[in-house]
Amino acid sequence: MSEKGKLALYWAASCGGCEIAVLGINEKILDVANAFDIVLWPVAVDAKVRSIEKMPDKSIDLCLFNGAIRTSEQEYMARLLRQKSKALVAFGSCAHEGCIPGLGNVANREEIFQVAYHDTPSTDNPDGVRPQTETQVEEGTLYLPLFYDTVKTLDQCVAVDYYLPGCPPEPERIWDAVVAILENKLPAPGSVIGAETTVCHECPRTRSEKKITEFKRTWEIIPDPDVCLLEQGLVCCGIATRAGCGALCPTVGSPCIGCYGPNEDVIDFGARMMTALASVIDSEDPEEIDRIIQEGIPDPIGTFYRFSLAHGQLRRSALSGNGKSVEA
Amino acid sequence: MNTETFEPKIVGFLCNWCSYRAMDLAGTSRVKYEPNIRVIRVMCTGRVDPTFVLKALALGADGVMIAGCHPGECHYLEQNYKAMRRFQMLEHTLRKFGIEDDRVRLQWASAAEGVQLAEAIDDMIEKVRALGPLNWSENYSQNGKVEAAIQRLAEEHAEAMEVPA
Repeated sequence: MSEKGKLALYWAASCGGCEIAVLGINEKILDVANAFDIVLWPVAVDAKVRSIEKMPDKSIDLCLFNGAIRTSEQEYMARLLRQKSKALVAFGSCAHEGCIPGLGNVANREEIFQVAYHDTPSTDNPDGVRPQTETQVEEGTLYLPLFYDTVKTLDQCVAVDYYLPGCPPEPERIWDAVVAILENKLPAPGSVIGAETTVCHECPRTRSEKKITEFKRTWEIIPDPDVCLLEQGLVCCGIATRAGCGALCPTVGSPCIGCYGPNEDVIDFGARMMTALASVIDSEDPEEIDRIIQEGIPDPIGTFYRFSLAHGQLRRSALSGNGKSVEA
Repeated sequence: MNTETFEPKIVGFLCNWCSYRAMDLAGTSRVKYEPNIRVIRVMCTGRVDPTFVLKALALGADGVMIAGCHPGECHYLEQNYKAMRRFQMLEHTLRKFGIEDDRVRLQWASAAEGVQLAEAIDDMIEKVRALGPLNWSENYSQNGKVEAAIQRLAEEHAEAMEVPA
């Protein structure tokens, strides 16, 4: 038993899809169990945070951490697992670049609480109760984690050794990474374990010169099955997105939304998309360009930063008022 | 920060063939303009990726000016049209981020237009000064409450782990 390595899996602000993706490697999960003792995996194994705290530093060989950091409790766990792990992997888009939870960065805590605890039609909250970090009860004080204004990625909290992109990572890529770790054939620390090309490279559609006079939404057209979706006016993010999924979406006629994150050397996914899309607009008239952009891309943050807002250079939209970061 | 003493930091991306020479001309002609602009020479406005602009803003610039040849006069034929489209796309996106239009400006200036470019720079600096500092990183900087909340968890857990006598 003592020959086996120790493996931890953890989830923070995520949907749980990454956990399912781990099980997507099917019977190979038994090989993982043969190679590692699983010391923490909240979705599947009854391990306690307290027992992790008692472990010596660097005693976990591999920690796959999925989910973004939204609360103080998640940041605590990120720090704890960093301290106890030899290799910490940001597993999946949320830990890597914020993903859908990161889109919450267009709002702040106050706005999110207002919607979640007051405005939604299904909310029944006549007393206007909201979660508080401290609540006094007869027995003493009860605490809840602090909910941040700004979602952070894992590497904005602690040092990360490797990134495994994807929402969720494809099971084949997970297995590739596990094999690389077991055989000690890992790339340089800090790198993304994955391809170094774009989704276009894997996409079977025919590409030619792109000239766009109108961006279209997916419901507006039935795309030609063989021609590049961007050439048909659909905002396809394959041009900026790292390969690894096998171009699943474009293959079936749905434009890439960028879940595999920025390709190698792309600093800011959204900026890369802006550059590329602006280049192919077929107009030299400022007013017409403006019309094409306004009508075709009503939600630029949701379009360009759907998965990467928290990891983009600006990280979030401006907080309202001059108070800036409140975190109260 | 006291806005009376606020001096905006402007990053300027100037094209080698027109606007950088216009700036040179302004200098050799002793045209005065405000010293708040830090100029970076690029070969063409078409080289200016929105990444550069976002990076400048994220790292503390209060505004960014992109300046190049007039439409139709690009040394590389049509790259300034690309710059124009990228600028419009970026402007559309920055509005959603809550960044004011006056902070990012696209300016055409030929090599002969030293005076016009100096005026445009003064005009932009005045507008950004009126807007005040951007201080973008303050939007996501953490304060002591976060550290206190994390520390409290560690203390709670330590307490819970104590073995009862």
